[in-house]
Amino acid sequence: MLLGADEGGPSAELAPSEPSLPYYIDLGNLLVYDPTHPGISPSSSREDRDKECLEAGRTLMQALVEKLFNLPSTLDRVGRLVNLPATLTPLPREKPLPKPRPPTKWEIFAREKGITKRKRSKLDFDEMSGEWRRRHGYKRVADDNDIPVIEAKDSDGLGEDPFSKMNKGKKERVAKQEKNQLQNLKHAIKVGGKGALPSTLQLAATSLPIMGAKDTYKKLRKDDISQAAGLASTATASGGKFDRKVPGEKTLNHPGKHRKFLPVAEGKGQGNEEKNQSNRVLNKVLARHNHDILDVNKAVNVYTAEEESKRAREKWNEGAKKRKKVHNDRMGKKPRQNDRMGKKPRHNDRTGKKPSFRGKG
Amino acid sequence: MLRIVKPKTKRAKRELEKRAPKLEENVKKLLLLHGTSVSSVVKAVISDIYHLKKTGRNAIKLTRKNDNVRPFESGGETSLEFLSQKTDCSLFAFGSHSKKRPHNLVLGRMYDYHVYDLIEVGIDQYKSIASLGGGRKLAPQEGSKPCFVFVGEAFEAKEQFKQLKEIILDLFRGEVVETVNLVGLDRVFVCVAAADKVLLRHCGIRLMKSGSKVPAIELVEVGPSLDLTIRRNRLPSGDLKKEAMKTPFKTTKKKVKNVSGDSFAGKVGRIYVPRQEVEGMALTKMKGLKRERREAAIWRSGDGNGMKSPRDHKLLQHKKQRIDKYS
Repeated sequence: MLLGADEGGPSAELAPSEPSLPYYIDLGNLLVYDPTHPGISPSSSREDRDKECLEAGRTLMQALVEKLFNLPSTLDRVGRLVNLPATLTPLPREKPLPKPRPPTKWEIFAREKGITKRKRSKLDFDEMSGEWRRRHGYKRVADDNDIPVIEAKDSDGLGEDPFSKMNKGKKERVAKQEKNQLQNLKHAIKVGGKGALPSTLQLAATSLPIMGAKDTYKKLRKDDISQAAGLASTATASGGKFDRKVPGEKTLNHPGKHRKFLPVAEGKGQGNEEKNQSNRVLNKVLARHNHDILDVNKAVNVYTAEEESKRAREKWNEGAKKRKKVHNDRMGKKPRQNDRMGKKPRHNDRTGKKPSFRGKG
Repeated sequence: MLRIVKPKTKRAKRELEKRAPKLEENVKKLLLLHGTSVSSVVKAVISDIYHLKKTGRNAIKLTRKNDNVRPFESGGETSLEFLSQKTDCSLFAFGSHSKKRPHNLVLGRMYDYHVYDLIEVGIDQYKSIASLGGGRKLAPQEGSKPCFVFVGEAFEAKEQFKQLKEIILDLFRGEVVETVNLVGLDRVFVCVAAADKVLLRHCGIRLMKSGSKVPAIELVEVGPSLDLTIRRNRLPSGDLKKEAMKTPFKTTKKKVKNVSGDSFAGKVGRIYVPRQEVEGMALTKMKGLKRERREAAIWRSGDGNGMKSPRDHKLLQHKKQRIDKYS
């Protein structure tokens, strides 16, 4: 053994096979090394050094070639090919070893339950078209898009479109699957670190405006810019009324309130909304159990307020009689015009509210 | 909130897959760059190394100044690691030139886009490819597998020399191959230790007839030829080295198709039998099924009007027709 001192260095099997050649030869890397050579003396002239260098190189290279040409070979059109053994000099990797993907939630569950994957055939019989079709992809078996008619069922709701229901269901399932995938990836990162993620995927934080994170840059359109300019021009105390206008400056597209009126003409969608709105209110008021929608708290409040005001009125009236007596005794005059004696107290009008209905409509 | 970022195009996906960690790794790519001040010698060396490595896009040369790159200083490797990640290079050669360290070249390796080890060499003597007539007939083929020759006990005894040897091997060895064409052996890197210097020569190989199976060898310098002085170095930390030196567990057993079996059935092979076309199959004709014999059997059973055979009957019929015709 020549170079067995270091643990990373060549081991016993790397020792030269022939005692006459004290070289370390790594055929996998086409490398030959002479560890016994003392090296060239640096004092010699440049030409001598170069010569010596090439001569030493030639000797060792000859030894390597001798090894190579004696390896079992195959004759090819391009020349003689030799099979090289594995490399012997250990070199560091450039990236860590790939990690196995941690199992998904389903895989864990399936293992617990002993569910194994079944191999399914690529083709399946399509009863709709009466032929064998591929299970997935274009012209697949039992394709939802190919269904021309769906028979009505008793369980169908009124005005429910089974096709849109089917589409909705599909979308929901896809969304759920995506959610699950994300969950699995997050879990994989938690368990196995960043390297556990597939090389083509990355998990990135989405920016939340509340958190002060920068939103992704969106290119401004011409309309957006003019809208922003319009907003800026009205952001003064006078609402931009007395400001000097820049030539070519446009006013805001919709200054003031944005009121929406529902169309009164009947039609589909929003056209129906106006009627629906009034219907909703009427149904509530005219319903048999309309007392259910009574706001009891409010009713009680109103009632107590009325009671209180009633008492206050009586109290006032009593006081007035006394005052009248005193007044007449003292002055012997008619009561004043703006005196409200004998009339309802003014605040009574304000508090006298009818109980109102609670409701959204 | 987290979300999955997928590559938007198939091409981007392929590119990411190329960069992913693998059991069998890609060829290490080399990043060549230089600092703010660089001598013409170092620049020429860098472009010569680039020339040697560029085949198969295994080298990327950056031509602008890099003022943030100082591989040996803390914080000076950030930019380098960024560039390494950007270009997916795990080897680098950084050239610089200063009064303190003239004609300086830092060679280094990266592991997982972080600096693994470094070695700094000064260039004392340099002969370029062009000056040695690199375009001549003996010039090695671009991208051919090089041989390595190391001479001197220093490469084993001295830590720095040992490291330089390993880095030179890693830098130039290219792809690890299983077979090699013997005619294609046309280049060798000769490294000779000379006291504190290393003489690195890139030579072409001439295979000469020797009268035996093994040819005689002649080496011709094709450049670049460098005399290097080792300056600073940095070795990898123990943990990092252990991590980077991990070798994948290789299963040497190859899966055998169509052969199965267990202790009861023994070895069972499955063979492919094509579908037989029974319809159009040529079967051997059996005598008993011939028409003449079939008809003869009918005659014998009594429907033949005393005739011996259907043949006799046919002849009689024929005779009758002729009599009718000529009478």
